[in-house]
Amino acid sequence: MSVSIQNIHKTFGSYQALDDVSLEVPNGSLTALLGPSGSGKTTLLRIIAGLEFPDPGAGRILFHGEDVAMTPAGQRGVGFVFQHYALFRHMNVAENIGFGLSVLPRKDRPSKKEIHERALDLLKLVKLEGLHHRKPSELSGGQRQRVALARALAIQPKVLLLDEPFGALDAQVRKDLRRWLRQFHDEIGLTTLFVTHDQEEALELADQVVVMRNARIEQSGPPQEIYDHPRTSFVYEFLGEVNKLADDRYVRPHEIELRFAAEEGVDLTGRVSHLFVAGPIARLSIVPEKGSKREIEVWAGRDQVDQMAISQGDVIGLRFPSSRRKPQAAEGLPES
Amino acid sequence: MGKPRVIPGFGLSMGITIFWLSSIIIIPLAALFIKAAGLGLEEWWNILSSPRVLAAARLTFGASAAAALVSMVLGLLVAWVLVRYEFPGRRVLDAMVDLPFALPTAVAGITLTTIYAPTGWLGRYLAEIGIQGAYSPFGVFIALTFIGFPFVVRTVQPVMEDLGTELEEAAAVLGASRWTTFRRIIFPALTPALITGFTLAFARAIGEYGSVIFISGNLPMKTEILPLLIVSQLEQFRYEAAAVIAAGMLIVSFILLFLINLLQRRLAR
Repeated sequence: MSVSIQNIHKTFGSYQALDDVSLEVPNGSLTALLGPSGSGKTTLLRIIAGLEFPDPGAGRILFHGEDVAMTPAGQRGVGFVFQHYALFRHMNVAENIGFGLSVLPRKDRPSKKEIHERALDLLKLVKLEGLHHRKPSELSGGQRQRVALARALAIQPKVLLLDEPFGALDAQVRKDLRRWLRQFHDEIGLTTLFVTHDQEEALELADQVVVMRNARIEQSGPPQEIYDHPRTSFVYEFLGEVNKLADDRYVRPHEIELRFAAEEGVDLTGRVSHLFVAGPIARLSIVPEKGSKREIEVWAGRDQVDQMAISQGDVIGLRFPSSRRKPQAAEGLPES
Repeated sequence: MGKPRVIPGFGLSMGITIFWLSSIIIIPLAALFIKAAGLGLEEWWNILSSPRVLAAARLTFGASAAAALVSMVLGLLVAWVLVRYEFPGRRVLDAMVDLPFALPTAVAGITLTTIYAPTGWLGRYLAEIGIQGAYSPFGVFIALTFIGFPFVVRTVQPVMEDLGTELEEAAAVLGASRWTTFRRIIFPALTPALITGFTLAFARAIGEYGSVIFISGNLPMKTEILPLLIVSQLEQFRYEAAAVIAAGMLIVSFILLFLINLLQRRLAR
């Protein structure tokens, strides 16, 4: 089901959490709401779920063309996975997953046996067979996360919403679960939105990345487009490593070419202040000899670094890509 | 030599604990039982099964249980109001909950008696509907409720604060109504704390003396509580009889508290 957000405002007292936000989420897509804390991404997700209501006014929230702005959360048909899972501690895993079905009106409610069977099916889907009798306290973080997902899916939602789904997990589990979620989404094709402050997560997982900042959407589009063509300096700096050059242009570390200092066509010479080689990639920090002393990060192939026999303290030349860009919007980040 | 431990000071802290427990609990209680043991089993039975003791026991345990139950309901409500709503004077109200802890119980007893006496501010309205406030078992119940309910508030409140709103939101998104959410999510989460509060209020009420002696009227067989009966035995220099009643009361209390504890462990699993 498609979701359409139109001109939504939200204020908490005098604090503006969302300022005229509009967003189209196509049916079956996987969309990431990406931004620093306080950017309004979680508020937007909660408004879609019906856990917050937008300020009255012109704003509309359409689910498949139908305005749901005033529909209570329980009747919207959304699955919501909370950042800290919000599992019911006194219920076992199967009871947690079946909860949404057990609170249906009597006429629509499946029998206890059917609810239990459905819970077991969902456990299989999230690859946790056999854990149905465990209490949430007996599960690991990643397992709890998947139980929360199964519980959200039990009511057969039309939209799945995840708030910082991997926020509370350690790095390895995070990576595994991320891949698993991507596959899972490809299999069941449910329209999904998730909130994250991790750009790598957003770029790797999503079909559509929505970058938010200060209660507004800064830019949205497919990950490749956002990474390659950031519209503002904020998006440039937020999405991955980037060097801001003295003339306010941006260049990513892998786009810079290494040359000998005396070579022709060198844009800048500098001293290698730090060199770190990990696998096929060499990471160099270069302090320019002239002008701004701001360090420039360069990622080059290890073979090239070996070939040129670069070591720490050497003076080398850098060549920037001819297409190095200045963001279209003039607005920049406040200088720190 | 014992095994080295990560947390130091086991010997010292355990020593102080045992010394302290011995000097303020175990030795006095042992002395009580030694005194009571001066009488034979038959005399024990005669004292404990006398109609006056049985009537006092019924009133003490009955009114304490009723007061603790009502305190549990009222305490839950007060905790809910204090945790869930923002309103002017909330902090003052929060502080007022502790007053029954601090107030000398005799003062509470005298005040409650004045107010609930058949001619008092509230007692006269009770009298109109045929309920006698002070000088009745109901009066005992009122005093014990006053004493007991802060225990429930103070045990439930922190648990309720920790609960947060996420669980309720999770239930709401899954389609549960407000009432279902309370019944199936919030209430079960609060149950262990409620039982703890009930236990504390109940235990406190069984031993309560100061406030009850003013409001009850102390009629033997009618409004006399066990602690008062013990004191009146002492005043008549019947030390052994007083010790026997006290020991009997302790044993019953211990059994009750132990059973409640078992129930709580079961629920906590």
